[in-house]
Amino acid sequence: MNVMILAEIYVFVLAVFVGFEVISKVPVVLHTPLMSGTNAIHGIVMLGGVLVLATASTPLLTALGFVAVVLGAMNLFGGFVVTDRMLEMFRSKKPAGKKG
Amino acid sequence: MNPGASLPFLFHAAYLLSAVLFIVGLKFLSSPGRARRGNGVAALGMAVAVLATLVSLWLPGTGFRNHWLILGGIAIGAVLGSVGARRVKMTDMPQMVALLNGFGGGSAALISTAEFLHAAMGHEAPGTTAAVSTMFGCIIGAISFSGSLVAFGKLQGIISEKAIISTAQKAASIAVFAGLLGTVATIALGGGAPWFLTLLGGSLLFGVLMVIPIGGADMPVVISLLNSFTGLAVAATGFVLSNNALIISGTLVGASGTLLTMLMCKAMNRSLTNVLFAGVGAGAPAAAAPGAPAGAKKNVREVSVEDAAVLLANVHSLIVVPGYGMAVAQAQHAVRELADLLQKRGVEVKYAIHPVAGRMPGHMNVLLAEANVPYDQLFDLEQINPDFEHTDVALVIGANDVVNPAARTDKTSPIYGMPILDADKAQHVIIVKRSMNPGFAGVDNPLYYEPRTTMLFGDAKSAVTKLVTALKDGGG
Repeated sequence: MNVMILAEIYVFVLAVFVGFEVISKVPVVLHTPLMSGTNAIHGIVMLGGVLVLATASTPLLTALGFVAVVLGAMNLFGGFVVTDRMLEMFRSKKPAGKKG
Repeated sequence: MNPGASLPFLFHAAYLLSAVLFIVGLKFLSSPGRARRGNGVAALGMAVAVLATLVSLWLPGTGFRNHWLILGGIAIGAVLGSVGARRVKMTDMPQMVALLNGFGGGSAALISTAEFLHAAMGHEAPGTTAAVSTMFGCIIGAISFSGSLVAFGKLQGIISEKAIISTAQKAASIAVFAGLLGTVATIALGGGAPWFLTLLGGSLLFGVLMVIPIGGADMPVVISLLNSFTGLAVAATGFVLSNNALIISGTLVGASGTLLTMLMCKAMNRSLTNVLFAGVGAGAPAAAAPGAPAGAKKNVREVSVEDAAVLLANVHSLIVVPGYGMAVAQAQHAVRELADLLQKRGVEVKYAIHPVAGRMPGHMNVLLAEANVPYDQLFDLEQINPDFEHTDVALVIGANDVVNPAARTDKTSPIYGMPILDADKAQHVIIVKRSMNPGFAGVDNPLYYEPRTTMLFGDAKSAVTKLVTALKDGGG
């Protein structure tokens, strides 16, 4: 196990704590938009597909990478749009929200 | 600094920036006033990460290929994803999230598979970390993919929403799980590509077996759990590809998703193991439940639309309790019309929103907002419960377990301890319901047999629409 992997494990462990900490006090009505928002964030997996496709050397790997990119992009773009539509519902009806 | 050295520096600086934006975005997403901005901040972070990656691919001398295929794949996914997300109805949001989550999981599983096959071709010797991460990413990603598709099918009505439980299914789950462990061991000892594909197939099967036995009303918790699974699978692919952006984002989602899943269970007063394995909603134990006053005064008063309309026209205050049934029947617009009509007659109308009413937490707020119900008429459980006893009528539309007084009184009830709306304390209760079938918990509701309760049978939408018509006819 080299130092680089240890650095990645550092990042992983610290991210676990941040992930727990950052949503510690979320009101129940925001559970669904928050789930949807985090769903969009893991759409970053698309970049993993991009890296696979960029180094693919055989037709099989190219196909796997391509499908991974398409699926990841659907997750990413669809995720942010769905979350935005949901949150729009929450905000626009508030009396104070009229300005924005 | 030569260009070769500055490139990775800029690249990693961009990833750091996007990680910070994700964390700030999540923080904003969990506070009501800034939630929408939070989503925008997270999207900005995503844009930074994507652009940095694409730019690095286009720089000369890197040896990357398939550039146009990459752009094409992103374009196809972006169009399909955003058009689908634009077009989906507000009521169908939960299954849309499930579907998108499944795609992310599937993507992670394919990336892990491709990396394993790549390594197996002899281009490089897989290290321990890489081997562990590829297997983990494949298993969790595939479970999330097939599990999410089953959750989607259940919410969309393609697969039975009921909790499908059988000893055969339990045995199959255990057998598949054991098979997965065996396959993992074989791969660890040097098993090649066929074994990895077995792992992929077995994990897909396990995802189906895991979600099939869970009832439709528990799907929000399942989707949340699978959401955090996808996060972890993405983090694993980050280890496989040595990419910090994937590790950080995936882990953030995995951790916050796990916490969110536990918070959701807490709102229903249940444990995660209970949600996953108890098969609530299988419907069998309802009649046999001990402690229920066996056969005692089980008569139900039915009310006609006309009588209900007359009653509603002459009250001072009304609390509407919307539930799952209202969401399924898409009755929210009819409900708002009824409320408008009554308010014109001087009736004070409020809505009581149970935290887990509907198919997802906050679902009722979204649906009612869609029907232009003013935000200040919506009240959550703590705010509204003291009001019920001063209220003339509680109109319960398609809700059941969230107003079941057994949760307060009957220690043997499966839902005992769940916080409920005290609709039973209102002077009069009208329940709009399709039939006498119990709710998802499979528990009988003593509220239906109370002397002050009347039942208005029918589909939520048609029943409420008829009420509106009757009120309009009944006197302007």
